[in-house]
Amino acid sequence: MKGDDKPTGLDTAFRLGTRGDDVYAALIEAHRGLSHDESNRLNARLVLMLANHIGDASIVLEAIARAREGVTQTRSDKP
Amino acid sequence: MRYRHQRFAFVRPPELDGGRAHVPVLIVGAGPVGLALAIDLALNGVRSIIVDDGDTVSVGSRAICWSKRTLEVFDRLGVADRMVAKGVTWKVGRLFHRTREVYNFDLLPEPGHKHPAFINLQQYYVEEYLIDRVRAFPDLIDLRFKSRLVALQNHENGVTATIETPEGRYSISSDWLVACDGVRSTVRGLLGLDFVGQTFEERFLITDIEMKAEFPPERWFWFEPPFHDGQSALLHKQPDDIYRIDLQLGPDADPDIERRPENVKPRIEAIVGARPFEIDWISVYTFQCRRLERFLHGRVVFAGDSAHIVSPFGARGGNGGIQDIDNLAWKLAVIVKGDAPERLIATYDEERIRGADENILNSARSTSFMTPKSDAERIFREEVLAMAATEPFARRLVNSGRLSEPCSLSGLSLQSADDAACIGGLPPGSPCVDAPVRTPSGESRWLLDHLGGRFVLMTFGDGTSAPSGVRRLRVLPAGTAARNANEIEDSEGLVARRYGADAGMAYLIRPDQHIAARFLNPAASAIAAALDRASGKAMS
Repeated sequence: MKGDDKPTGLDTAFRLGTRGDDVYAALIEAHRGLSHDESNRLNARLVLMLANHIGDASIVLEAIARAREGVTQTRSDKP
Repeated sequence: MRYRHQRFAFVRPPELDGGRAHVPVLIVGAGPVGLALAIDLALNGVRSIIVDDGDTVSVGSRAICWSKRTLEVFDRLGVADRMVAKGVTWKVGRLFHRTREVYNFDLLPEPGHKHPAFINLQQYYVEEYLIDRVRAFPDLIDLRFKSRLVALQNHENGVTATIETPEGRYSISSDWLVACDGVRSTVRGLLGLDFVGQTFEERFLITDIEMKAEFPPERWFWFEPPFHDGQSALLHKQPDDIYRIDLQLGPDADPDIERRPENVKPRIEAIVGARPFEIDWISVYTFQCRRLERFLHGRVVFAGDSAHIVSPFGARGGNGGIQDIDNLAWKLAVIVKGDAPERLIATYDEERIRGADENILNSARSTSFMTPKSDAERIFREEVLAMAATEPFARRLVNSGRLSEPCSLSGLSLQSADDAACIGGLPPGSPCVDAPVRTPSGESRWLLDHLGGRFVLMTFGDGTSAPSGVRRLRVLPAGTAARNANEIEDSEGLVARRYGADAGMAYLIRPDQHIAARFLNPAASAIAAALDRASGKAMS
């Protein structure tokens, strides 16, 4: 798999096999009918659960940094 | 160069003068699906009549994207070479978000297949070539234009239909009636049947333009392009300097206003720039992902858009319809000829509902991605598109259409359980995969040329004989020349590799080139049992 230069780092190659669309659809479905606050709560629970499952704090920290960087970098693009 | 539509004359049928009034199979609709069915039945020696209320081929390009599996079916019907020669072969898709390209994909299949992943070819050419092929069977196919179905009665042993023509009405009976009459099916209306499923509010405006341009043969898809505020757009190249442009319209857009050329033109100019172009065709459609609950109603069978409709991104409409015919024709043929029990037809419902559901699921998800409804959906989509530029995983979540692939029939009634001794290769239910082979005369040909049309037992090594009525095809290793019509040489070793073949392996292959069963060193009784099952004789 490409997309990962560091042997122990965050893997950003696609890892969901044939189930990528299933997972995406399930995420969207999980948010159906939720208020904005509830959606944020759902996302928080999901992130914490998945972080715990990953277990390796260095990977979680790298993902946090990368996600935040992406959001703040594109801030000026937003209307 | 625009297509010139030939008008087909009405030919007075014998029924108007008290003549022949029965046919084994009456096909309603002379689109790609109905025409393909008539040809497939004719190849099986079964007579049919096609009635169509029009007198020409498709107006507008409509279905343009034909998949590898469809081309393999068309090859079996004897029309693929002409289509591939005329069509635009493409394999690269590019995805743009706003002003930048975020992702491109290459559908280039592994080498060693006769047909490309996709060609683009306007539906009017597909119909023209199929009609030419129909003319090769004057004793078996009677193609009747300007002939409109106006009434039908479904009996226990057949159907009686009333056909209206410019010279009067007549009644005709058939053992089976197959509705290939499209999304606004008359047959569906006459039986009072309706679709179940999801309708989306968004509409798409589709246009064919004629233009001299150097655009490559690629699929270009834009999310939120600068030239079409907040919506999606698609550009696809067709033969004859015709380009297809699809533009998403919001739920509030008025289709009658949007389709006016003076409103369409500025949008196209924004895509293609200063080049001169002419509008060839404009249409507006609503996204729907729906189907009939059952495709089989007594002696009436639904195929293609009359049975199921999908939104177009993914090319699952026309291709899904041709795969219906691939599945249906051989079953109808053996039933009409009395070689299989009538209950075999129930497996058309079972197998093609699986295919339709897979197409509907994929196209509904693509449509949802293009038309996010909730804030959460918008945010997820926005971030997937933004991340796609830098994060490889996100590219695979971008959904501008999941392109048509044949479904697996694994686990359904006609297929036997896999032999546990077989490892790798293709399990029962898979469509057969092509590979280069060498014939006894030393010609380089393709494996799929040797499969289909009837049951085939494809064997590797010695020792397995085929039951009566089944053609045995022995695959010899590279370097061992084939000596007779029942042998082929695996000239590049790809048959063995793709079928995971060991010596002693045998595949039982259906007339539609799907694998019914496979075995390692089978007893004759095991092959016979799988054949009974695959031909509907073992059904309760």
